[in-house]
Amino acid sequence: MKFRERIYIAITALAVVIVVGLLFFIIFDIFKNGIGVISWEFISQPPREGMTKGGIFPALYGTLLRTLLMLIFVVPVGIFTAVYLNEYGRGKRFSKWIRLAINNLASIPSIVFGLFGLGFFVLFLRLGAGLLSAALTVGLLTLPLVVVSTEEALKAVPNSYREAGFALGATKWQVIKMIVLPQALPGILTGAILSVSRGMGEVAPILFTGVAYYLPYLPSSIFDQFMDLGYHIYIMTTQSFNVELTKPIQYGSTLVLLMLTFSLNIVAILIRSKIRRGRIG
Amino acid sequence: MNNIKISVKNLNIYYGNFLALKDITLDIPEKSITAIIGPSGCGKSTFLRALNRMNELLPNVRTEGEVILDGQNIYNDDVDLVSLRRKVGMVFQRPNPFPKSIFENVAFGLRIQGIKNREQIEEIVELSLRRAALWDEVKDKLHKSALELSGGQQQRLCIARALAVQPEVILMDEPASALDPIATLRIEDLMRELKEEYTIVIVTHNMQQAARVSDFTAFFLTDDNRAGMLIEYGRTSEIFTMPKDPRTEGYITGRYG
Amino acid sequence: MVNPRHIFDEELRNLRADLLRMGTLAREAVDKSIKALINRDTNLAEEVIVGDDIIDKMDLDIEMKCMELIARQQPMARDLRTIGTILKTITDLERIADHAVDIAKIVKILADQPPLKPYIDIPRMCELSLSMLDDALKSFVSEDTELAKKMCERDDLVDALYNQVFRELLTYMMEDPKAVVRALYLIFVARFLERVADHATNVGERVIYMVTGVLKELNV
Repeated sequence: MKFRERIYIAITALAVVIVVGLLFFIIFDIFKNGIGVISWEFISQPPREGMTKGGIFPALYGTLLRTLLMLIFVVPVGIFTAVYLNEYGRGKRFSKWIRLAINNLASIPSIVFGLFGLGFFVLFLRLGAGLLSAALTVGLLTLPLVVVSTEEALKAVPNSYREAGFALGATKWQVIKMIVLPQALPGILTGAILSVSRGMGEVAPILFTGVAYYLPYLPSSIFDQFMDLGYHIYIMTTQSFNVELTKPIQYGSTLVLLMLTFSLNIVAILIRSKIRRGRIG
Repeated sequence: MNNIKISVKNLNIYYGNFLALKDITLDIPEKSITAIIGPSGCGKSTFLRALNRMNELLPNVRTEGEVILDGQNIYNDDVDLVSLRRKVGMVFQRPNPFPKSIFENVAFGLRIQGIKNREQIEEIVELSLRRAALWDEVKDKLHKSALELSGGQQQRLCIARALAVQPEVILMDEPASALDPIATLRIEDLMRELKEEYTIVIVTHNMQQAARVSDFTAFFLTDDNRAGMLIEYGRTSEIFTMPKDPRTEGYITGRYG
Repeated sequence: MVNPRHIFDEELRNLRADLLRMGTLAREAVDKSIKALINRDTNLAEEVIVGDDIIDKMDLDIEMKCMELIARQQPMARDLRTIGTILKTITDLERIADHAVDIAKIVKILADQPPLKPYIDIPRMCELSLSMLDDALKSFVSEDTELAKKMCERDDLVDALYNQVFRELLTYMMEDPKAVVRALYLIFVARFLERVADHATNVGERVIYMVTGVLKELNV
């Protein structure tokens, strides 16, 4: 019995070591090879000499811009969906269907989103391949994340607050606006940040909806094509005429992307722990 | 007996198909304290929540009969829920101040009415806190979080919050059950002061409290189908010294079930 | 911080005031009945008899108030003892008033007959008994146990006076058979006054119980 117990402990411990080890290996590798590349010039300059030298500024710019656009789309839609599900449609059959749809949305492969974005936003709605189409497509992908985390945050608001509001003669919307949403704000923020860090690294959805291999200029409208950090890494490693030569750029870009998503995740974790410790505001 | 403020006539309340309250008929006099007592599950809270239509927040609740407030049946289709609930305020079992400042808690009911005049709001907040016997304790920390107050203070804050919208009736659902004995007595004392101006209906499982604080007492009990019904209703002094129904006597002497 | 039970306290204060009012009325009744005896004043005697209805009503009234306070306010400790004291004391006061009525009735009977003798000891007994009642009520108001104890000691004096009156009137009866009825009535009067003192002693004992929680006979 004791021996068996030890085996199980060993197996679980091994699994942990594999996971943590892999993570550390990847991070260490990227960090070791990427840190030397990163400089102010690397971040602020466009690529030069057939993308074998120079910086990644246009890609970084494109990524941030399309993520910001995505946020503008996904946060209101996600919040209002969650508000409907949790506040208005509670217990209704219709909201069960919506919830089912959202859960399914979350399990669709991201390349399918890319194809959908091409068909729907780019061609059907004639938005063209550009920042907007790409942002909307990524937004669809991260929407479930925002809806679910917002719903969780709304559920965590004690019902007694709502009752108190109603008993004072508040309308449903007043209760939501003045009591429930402020109270759920930290949870909603966490969801929004996680959706950003998730959407930022996605390449597949933007593949057909607006990303460019190389552009000599920055996008000037939301319908323009753009460069993107994740895609940049992808082409550097697969499409470049000299993969070995661009290796430092690959590592540098990866490290930048990783640091962006990591720092966002950390912010989300900090907010969440602050909620757990006590309420904000 | 004072004038009748609320007249409940043949009230039936169903949760789905389950009859929770059966044929309640009861007159509540104005500017007095009416206590609803009875064992758990006898429909006391359901009855209370029928008086400001809070039951409707739950799904599948059906109400039959009439609740006539100042001559108007509050279950008529043309009754505005918002103004009804302003007229009939409510204090809950657990103190439930919003996680906002003390000031904002009391001001909430004014803000939802669209009142923007800062001086007016400040004036009403102070007045409400004074009436709730809380002003002296909080006047120096109005902008601190309400959650820093003690349980008894929080409950008095909830009373002040309810008073700020100038109700005529205050419903209290076991307002002291989460408080210690001294805080409980302070709430009771406050209730006696408030009844000079407001009609108070209190639900309590603590019949000593009902005896101490109320002018009229209604005793509820469930029948064989677990439907709550009114057994006896009268002056508190009579209910507690010479109840007419043996079931009331059994309950208040602690010999029931 | 405001005392959260100030309403109960007020009701208790009112009850104590009621008791005091009843005590004063009983005291006046006794005083008047003896004055009526000395002055052969049947009108005054009648007044005492009629006035007893008020005291009887107060007795019931205070009792009901006590019952309601117990039922509604769940008094504890000293509050409970106070209400218990009031409940017992009103009975004593009611009896005292009844004795005043008894005396008043004798006054009406004796009014038709020639006086037996000048009254010396009976007024003194009356004065002494009433001073005991006064002190008993005073000690109730001021919760003064010392005063209550001292008051009770005077019961012996009343008893001594009663024995003296008894013996004196006995001699009257032996000397003159025609004096027997009148003398007997006067013995009754003395006896009633002696009972008034006993009831006053009871009140004193209750005051001590109310204040200290110790219940004992002060004068056996």
